[in-house]
Amino acid sequence: MSLKGNIWIPRLLTGTSVIFVLLTLVLPLAVVMAEALGSGLDLYMRAVTDTYTAKALHLTLAATAAAVVLNTFFGLAAAWVVTRFSFRGKGVLSTVVDVPFAVSPVIAGLVFILTFGRLSPLHPFLEACGIKIVFAWPGIILATVFVTFPFVARELIPVLEARGTDEEQAAALMGAGFFTIFRRVTFPHIRWALLYSVILCAARAMGEFGAVSVVSGHLRGKTNTLPLHVEILYNEYRFADAFAVASILAVAAIVILAARNVVEYAAHKEEETNVR
Amino acid sequence: MYVELENINKYFKEFQAARDISFNIRQGILAALLGPSGSGKTTILRMIAGLEHPDSGDIFIDGTRVNEVEAGRRGIGFVFQNYALFRYMNVFDNIAFGLSVKKERPAAIKSRVSELLELIGMEGMEKRYPAQLSGGQKQREAFARALAPNPKLLLLDEPFAAIDAKVRRELRIWLRDMIRRLGITSIFVTHDQDEAIEVADEIIVANNGRIEQKGSPEDLYKSPATPFVASFIGESALLENYRVLKGFESETRGFSGAVRPEFVKIFTGEETIQYENSVEDAAVERIAFRGAFLEVVLNIKGMTFPTRYSLEKTPIAAGDRVRALVYRLYAFDGDRAFLLHNRNLDNSGAGNIYNI
Repeated sequence: MSLKGNIWIPRLLTGTSVIFVLLTLVLPLAVVMAEALGSGLDLYMRAVTDTYTAKALHLTLAATAAAVVLNTFFGLAAAWVVTRFSFRGKGVLSTVVDVPFAVSPVIAGLVFILTFGRLSPLHPFLEACGIKIVFAWPGIILATVFVTFPFVARELIPVLEARGTDEEQAAALMGAGFFTIFRRVTFPHIRWALLYSVILCAARAMGEFGAVSVVSGHLRGKTNTLPLHVEILYNEYRFADAFAVASILAVAAIVILAARNVVEYAAHKEEETNVR
Repeated sequence: MYVELENINKYFKEFQAARDISFNIRQGILAALLGPSGSGKTTILRMIAGLEHPDSGDIFIDGTRVNEVEAGRRGIGFVFQNYALFRYMNVFDNIAFGLSVKKERPAAIKSRVSELLELIGMEGMEKRYPAQLSGGQKQREAFARALAPNPKLLLLDEPFAAIDAKVRRELRIWLRDMIRRLGITSIFVTHDQDEAIEVADEIIVANNGRIEQKGSPEDLYKSPATPFVASFIGESALLENYRVLKGFESETRGFSGAVRPEFVKIFTGEETIQYENSVEDAAVERIAFRGAFLEVVLNIKGMTFPTRYSLEKTPIAAGDRVRALVYRLYAFDGDRAFLLHNRNLDNSGAGNIYNI
């Protein structure tokens, strides 16, 4: 019997997917919202506007912004180098880009402790300069940047690869310099992919827990990010507060998802009208 | 000489793409770099443009050595094989790019672009994107874009390869006439000998990273210097041992050779033949109708000779025994080719092979 003829196979597959999505994504999200608002709006507002929550939100946004800015820059550079030049060790570089995906975030955090913490040979030097990385905000930013590093590069490499270099060569032959070529020829090809990857990078940076948890030291009001704050509240049995703070992250995630869809739609539309 | 290459060598890892290449091109000439794929022709073009760099040797453009001159400063217009049009720019911005990079005034850019749009017959299409153009329009746009900054030299990499066969002929005549009209020195790369013969003033034949021969299309066709040129340009059939043929027994140069269809004449039974002593017995292997003539493949002493036969003459059929006279052939001796005349004919009689 042909696959098309059997009406039960698509129904079964659709049903399974819907049940899976309901159980693993929609239900938990609904629970978060329900629990957050379950003890009344007053309590919710108090938890959300709490000083420590505000500070945690602030730090999370700062780390996210730093990760997005730095990784956009590094990701562009890495993708450009990997797709536009051939050199010894290029294969190694494109593998190294993926390391943060392969390594557990907790291990990444530990690596930073070992590299910059008190056990590190670098520590006396850092201390002499008055730089504190571990158990301070630079460590949190470093951990966040590390964990989200591959997003931009990974998204751009296939796009740059597929576009090829002939338009850039044509521009160079007409005497255009590097920045002119990048701005006028290369960038239009990658702008949607770049925006898309920045959105994914932001989403990941906001929710980062493992690596940040290790380097943070959990100093409330100082090195606490939103995900860490949720954990602390939960461990203190302040469930309503914990869910209220978690709901901020949930709302942010939904906003980001919506942004992602808008970008995807816009990119698709542009491809259809102007470009092949 | 306008463009000069002297002893150019180029390696890609182990592969030698250019072997001691030297040639030159006069100003105002439209030259073809002709060769099969892997012959090194595109590499040569890209080295002239500055997109590749020779491992040794010198390149001169207009008397200046350009080896160390950046591609963007050589004053070259380049038309890429797939055009490499800027996909996110419309026709106007594509053509204007080279001028805007040079910081020309917007008014000057505008007038130059409209001039070029008129030249390529694409007025009114300024706002279109490359994806909205046909293959021929894209090619013309690429041509205009390359010409916009008034280059001294125009290079074209397989300019007709991406166009379907119907439009191709039309477009190559258009391009040839346009280049002649503008008088710009141009070099184009092609693997298609018909294209090179039809379009170019001068053909440079490349093979295995070497230059086999340079000359006018007629020169290359009439007196190929190497076995490769003899078999690559025009129609020809290889002969394993030409010295067994009557009139060529006393030759001393090599054994193998090649023969063109017009070098052989077929005689049927009732004709009187002037050179009875040098006529060969031949078997008609195949006949194909080609419109104005018949293409007849003969077998003479075990070797295959493709020839032409007039429809006005006594009809012949596959399997017939006929007689044939081989007026001339190319003898191959090492890497040289020589045109040999049948020694049994007095030269006056077989003078013009093209009138048989």
